[in-house]
Amino acid sequence: MQTDDIVALIFFVAVILLTLGVTYWAAKRNVGASSHYVAGGQITGWQNGLAISGDYLSAASFLGIAGAIALSGFSGFYLSIGYLVAYLTVLLLVAEPLRNLGKYTLADMLTTRFNARGVRAASALNTIAISTFYMIAQLVGAGALIALLLPFMPPTLSIILVGILMTVYVVAGGMVATTWIQIIKAVLLVTATIALTIAVLAQFSFNPLTVFNEVQAQAGREMVIPPPPETFGSGLDTVSLFLALVLGTAGLPHILIRFLTVPDAKTARSSIVWAVWIIGGFYLLTPIIGYGATLLVGREAIANQDPAGNVAAPQLAAALGGPAFLGFISAVAFATIVAVVAGLVISASGAFAHDFYNNVLRRGEASESEQFRAARIASAGVAIGSIILALSFQGLNVAFLVALAFGVAASANVPVILLTIFWKKFNTAGAVTGMLTGLISSVGLTFLSPNILGDAALYPLEQPPAIFSVPLGFLGCYLGTLLGGRAAEEEQRTGKQVSYEEIYVRANTGISDVEEELETAETETQTT
Amino acid sequence: MYVAQSSAEWERIEHTSAFKELMQSKKAFIVPATIFFLAFYMGLPILTGFTTWLNGPVIGAITWAYVYAFAQFIMTWTLLHLYVSWANRWDELVDQARREAAGAPANADARGEG
Repeated sequence: MQTDDIVALIFFVAVILLTLGVTYWAAKRNVGASSHYVAGGQITGWQNGLAISGDYLSAASFLGIAGAIALSGFSGFYLSIGYLVAYLTVLLLVAEPLRNLGKYTLADMLTTRFNARGVRAASALNTIAISTFYMIAQLVGAGALIALLLPFMPPTLSIILVGILMTVYVVAGGMVATTWIQIIKAVLLVTATIALTIAVLAQFSFNPLTVFNEVQAQAGREMVIPPPPETFGSGLDTVSLFLALVLGTAGLPHILIRFLTVPDAKTARSSIVWAVWIIGGFYLLTPIIGYGATLLVGREAIANQDPAGNVAAPQLAAALGGPAFLGFISAVAFATIVAVVAGLVISASGAFAHDFYNNVLRRGEASESEQFRAARIASAGVAIGSIILALSFQGLNVAFLVALAFGVAASANVPVILLTIFWKKFNTAGAVTGMLTGLISSVGLTFLSPNILGDAALYPLEQPPAIFSVPLGFLGCYLGTLLGGRAAEEEQRTGKQVSYEEIYVRANTGISDVEEELETAETETQTT
Repeated sequence: MYVAQSSAEWERIEHTSAFKELMQSKKAFIVPATIFFLAFYMGLPILTGFTTWLNGPVIGAITWAYVYAFAQFIMTWTLLHLYVSWANRWDELVDQARREAAGAPANADARGEG
């Protein structure tokens, strides 16, 4: 082992010890199903804002976007824009109604309206599909990354190590530990990004404009303009990518459940303010880091190390600050991966234990301690399952899997979430049909695309097929409602669906128990 | 009939003037804001995917494409804070709706002192 490796190793061990310490502290507070899934709903606004940032800024953001900008310029910045503006969809349309209607999982929100096991099962299936694609991406990325940064570690060992760590975090510490690991990771990542940016700007007399001018002068004008429009298909591909990004976040279960960890809609709102400033500030700096790598590391050296440019940021750190800076950036990238993976395990375990086991199999009659045990068993199961999947899919392109997860989330979850909140006539058949249409069309078109089939592709576009699968998801909801099952009014009469008045009032006010609320309000009025 | 009775109480809140004002105010902000941000956002991929209009330089090497991209950040932060300031007003309307549904005359409570 060389000195450089030892420095990097020290930072890695420090990150692991810090997160395990947090888990030990949190384990004492992890006492039941509610604390496992949503930290008892007691997370504050700034804490949740940092945790959302920690959950969201995955390795694909930190390493992938910097690398994409370093190698191909402006088009790498597309992801930064889409990932940020997506929060307006979350904030304006989804966050507060979801907080007001949900409990532990996304399916809870839908079944607040639809008293049907089919709705819950379909929603749990979507959560598991999305979380699995996302998780394999993170684990494969972790393996490849650690292998590049710590050359003495084989990728298989790295994947197993990350897998074991996340199992410990989630099974012992639940959502409390996960939240704090995400907070620590967010702080580390922001610190690292600012440090890298300052170090780059210091080379260019602290003028960002000089960085852009130098890139144009040294690497060519194509680095600062969008890729030239070639065919109608390539234009459609860009539009489809943007659509998947702006809608996808509002359907990502591991992001949405973060709004259930806060006590009320007002706190959910303030946590988005924190998150959007942190996430936006982070993405705004990505061109400086990417172009910094183009200029100070060189495109050839970046592509030689990794064709996708995934280690451009660490290479830049090494060029600017030597082994110590490289070790710090690498450890931050590692923390990034474990924090995201922990959040994914929680959401997938909720779909298995809370939705499938407790509500579909046991019809909601499992006791509190049975639920808590099921949650922990499911977490361990999900973690082990994804380690095995990640080990067998090591060759897959990471960015492709993340984009697939966004495409599925936008098509399978977003239509049903929006219509549950906003459409009075929506019924059980429509909800189930819509979720399955969105899931099957988005996954199906992706598997028929050149990403999987190469030249034999039946569907020509390479980006997530959101431009077709999102409308199909909505169409599934609409046609299912129109043609299948009974009308919403009849479902309401027979108790298969609660009245739309209740959903309408609850989603918009956060009032969950109308009688209790009216009594409290009455007492308040009498005392004044 | 439990279902019917419970539904009637939700309707009691729905029919208060404060709740109606809440929903009007929400629509007045959310509908135009959503249409605007989606149109402004999708404008970028449509222009860069099908035209080269944004390729011209603005200052130095900064192109119109970058200016449009940075404008998306400003739009996001601006709409974020506009939403929050509208939403703070909505919180008051929710409280009013609760009191109104419980039988108190609207606006009479918070201001009147005991």
